[in-house]
Amino acid sequence: MKGRTFTRHVKEGFKNIGRNGWMSFASISAVTVMLLVVGVFLLLIANINYMMTEVEEDVEIRVYMDLTADEEDQVELGDNIASVDHVESITYLHRDDGLDEFIDSVGEENAELFESLRDENPLNDVYIVEAEEPHLTETVAADIAQFSHIDDLDYGESVVEQLFAFTNVMRIAGAVLVLGLMFTAMFLISNTIKLTIINRRDEIQIMKLVGATNGFIRWPFFMEGLMLGVIGSIIPIAAIITGYTYLYETVREGTMLSFINLMPIQSIVYEVSIVLFIIGAIVGVWGSLNSVRKFLKV
Amino acid sequence: MIEMQNVEKTYRNGVKAVGGIDVFIGKGEFVYIVGPSGAGKSTFIKMMYREEVPDKGVIYINKTNLAELKRRHVPYLRRNIGVVFQDFKLLPRLSVFENIAFALEVTEEKREVIKRQVMEVLDLVKLKNKARFLPQELSGGEQQRISIARAMVHRPAVLIADEPTGNLDPDTAWDIMSVLEEINQRGTTVVMATHNRHIVNTIQRRVIAMENGRIVRDDSRGYYGYEG
Repeated sequence: MKGRTFTRHVKEGFKNIGRNGWMSFASISAVTVMLLVVGVFLLLIANINYMMTEVEEDVEIRVYMDLTADEEDQVELGDNIASVDHVESITYLHRDDGLDEFIDSVGEENAELFESLRDENPLNDVYIVEAEEPHLTETVAADIAQFSHIDDLDYGESVVEQLFAFTNVMRIAGAVLVLGLMFTAMFLISNTIKLTIINRRDEIQIMKLVGATNGFIRWPFFMEGLMLGVIGSIIPIAAIITGYTYLYETVREGTMLSFINLMPIQSIVYEVSIVLFIIGAIVGVWGSLNSVRKFLKV
Repeated sequence: MIEMQNVEKTYRNGVKAVGGIDVFIGKGEFVYIVGPSGAGKSTFIKMMYREEVPDKGVIYINKTNLAELKRRHVPYLRRNIGVVFQDFKLLPRLSVFENIAFALEVTEEKREVIKRQVMEVLDLVKLKNKARFLPQELSGGEQQRISIARAMVHRPAVLIADEPTGNLDPDTAWDIMSVLEEINQRGTTVVMATHNRHIVNTIQRRVIAMENGRIVRDDSRGYYGYEG
């Protein structure tokens, strides 16, 4: 295509947006609303994923040793555990240290109560084992459970399983919602442009009569759709960037919410923005070309 | 130039518009297509610029068989055929110049070429001084002349006119006829469907009369004939 023809198509696309002012406004609004929801959802999913990964990484296996096991047995068990596949690290925690840890965690008021246990420490000696990958925890734990001198073994299996289940549900629900919204917006654009196209049917018919190729006729519509989509993505992108920055700052500064660990701004906001921009462009172009299709069959 | 052999066309609703047409129109001819409404004139004409595709038979325009022409090649056929309608089909928001230039823009012609050729056809229809006007600022006859200019701007070998004088008063109709004659004298084949008995009987040319989708008469210097 020649440069001048390209310019013509771009100009025509812009003119058409202007000429069908309210319809264009409706299309852009549809894209804006859709992208806002999609954007918020993407951020939500990304953050849930992020937090999940953090939690998952904290998952550890606690191997409580038999109280009767002597030092030799403990060393043997330690070696056995080290030989299991996918074991990342093993830490030995003596029962006295375990008690210290426990007393620390209960706070000063109750500390005294448990100090009395010093002489008759009821706790087990513990190996703390970490798997190479969070999702390997269960397999590693099953392997370790076969060894002797183990009193009990705990890796929060229900917590791990629930976390994985929850993340999966969130991911699927998010994907379904995002796809559904995208299609809704596409059909909205397609129908809005279809309404304006009725007025342009004569123009298309004349173009065909004087020998315009379908490609030539389609280009202005392509441009128009592209611009509707791109314009529609401006507000959501701006809102996502400012909104998320504000949220991030608030959460980081607020002591109340310190347990929430949001994804850093740079990594996510710009990625989401690019995704929104691309979705907007695709939705616009698809909607527009879809509406012109049937008029090209003259 | 234009040749049809055993052409048939039945519409999807079962109406048989054209049944078994054989015709040859040579280069430079001027042909009237006459006949009552529903005789198949429009279908006959639409098949020439491939708005309609025949169910049976072959149609040659300049050695191209339209029945086998691929859809993506249709635009290139249309650039060699000018079409004029009863209702002009001008774009109201474009000026006279732009309306005609439009036909060349789709072929990505150079700006200077477009300008030269548009002024040339405006000269042909004698409306050079109205280039900047909008269609609604012109009379019906002038609008039809613009639409003829647009049809001629590709310098087509064939000009097809479907009731070009149908919406015009008698005097204006004669103006249009003189433009069409001039075009024909310059070598373009002209095929014109019409109901205007007076014109056909005065400017005597070949007359193809249709009835019920068939050619019932084909006279090289004919009259309007039927009482319609």
